[in-house]
Amino acid sequence: MTGAAITHSHQFEAVLQLADDHLILGQRVSEWCGHAPMLEEDLGLANMALDLLGQSRALYAYAAEIEGAGRSEDDLAFLRLERQYLNCLLVERPNGDFAHSILRQLYFAAFMHPFWQWVSANSTDETLRGIAGKAEKEMAYHVRHCGEWVVRLGDGTEKSAHRIKAAVVALHHYTDELFQGSAAMATCAEDAILPDVETLRPVWTATITNIFAQALLEVPDVAHPQTGGRIGEHGEEMGHILAELQYMQRTYPNLQW
Amino acid sequence: MAKPATTDNLDTARAWAAAAAVPDPEVPCVTVADLGILRDVTIEDGVAVAHVTPTYSGCPAVLAIELAVEAALLDAGFEARIERVMTPSWTTDWITPEGSEKLRAYGIAPPVRGSNSKMALFGETVITCPRCGSSETTKVSEFGSTACKAHYTCKACAEPFDYFKCI
Ligand SMILES: [Zn+2]
Repeated sequence: MTGAAITHSHQFEAVLQLADDHLILGQRVSEWCGHAPMLEEDLGLANMALDLLGQSRALYAYAAEIEGAGRSEDDLAFLRLERQYLNCLLVERPNGDFAHSILRQLYFAAFMHPFWQWVSANSTDETLRGIAGKAEKEMAYHVRHCGEWVVRLGDGTEKSAHRIKAAVVALHHYTDELFQGSAAMATCAEDAILPDVETLRPVWTATITNIFAQALLEVPDVAHPQTGGRIGEHGEEMGHILAELQYMQRTYPNLQW
Repeated sequence: MAKPATTDNLDTARAWAAAAAVPDPEVPCVTVADLGILRDVTIEDGVAVAHVTPTYSGCPAVLAIELAVEAALLDAGFEARIERVMTPSWTTDWITPEGSEKLRAYGIAPPVRGSNSKMALFGETVITCPRCGSSETTKVSEFGSTACKAHYTCKACAEPFDYFKCI
């Protein structure tokens, strides 16, 4: 070993960042399995988690291929340290109650849907176009399903409206980070591999505004956006997620089944 | 014009037939060819290469399907390899008309082609009951027994049924 750090390409880092978003949110949503308020939602949440994990697998596998350093999708998912994860803070937020989890999913899916639509139609990268072709349709389902729930909760009972309003207060200031991108993302945007995330903001805002209007919710102004995930600065909860996610590989290194 | 019947062409046809007959592990009434998951089978340096595409990103059956296709080719006497094809992405429009008919006969409503109401809140596509043909059906759950299905019930014959989601 010479000790020289491997220089990673922008493309590797951007794909890794996307993979981390999907893995961490998938892990969070899968915590609902067996705990949802009704059977339909238990299936629904497990299915959405499965979509996210499936998307993350394809992304990690591609990141590993770009890196070409012999690391596998599993190495990338399970054997990195907390500061090396590039996911946004929104996806690591705790599940809270059902309203929190559904709103978090809506915020994320309303961003990823136009993101994948752009990739599928415009990207110069064929592998990402293939991943996007599936993901955009899966994300459309998430937007619809979670959007319908936000309307039901907001325009439902006094209690349900109270809960979804509390979720908006707790989570809305994490949404700005979706549009901040990173140096790696910006370079990929210049090469037309990935979209310039800032250009997706009007679509996201229109989706959220439309759903909130039906849900009798106000879209709050964000005075102090919460950021840091894109440079590996995570909240306290991130370590807890990784402790559970990586438990097997840390306890029994190289375990396979 | 028919290709000359060389050994290679015969082998390719035989390999295709072996791979194409593999049933889907979750919906065994249809084969991987009916679903459009098996894109092609080629012979490369004497090895049968099956080009397989995943359906949904998180489909847990992907590996099972690939192993089953490989096993079918080995059983037919070929050396075999699987190649995973990502582009063009699979959509439900890849399901053949025969595949759709087999799904219906099995009791699963086939996907509505070109359906485009996925973003409409509370939007309902009309799904026809696979048992009695009535369009008086209601969605019970967006998510059904497997990732690829939604759960419906028919008001006319009162039977529940699965709808193969359109993606
Ligand atoms: Zn019926």
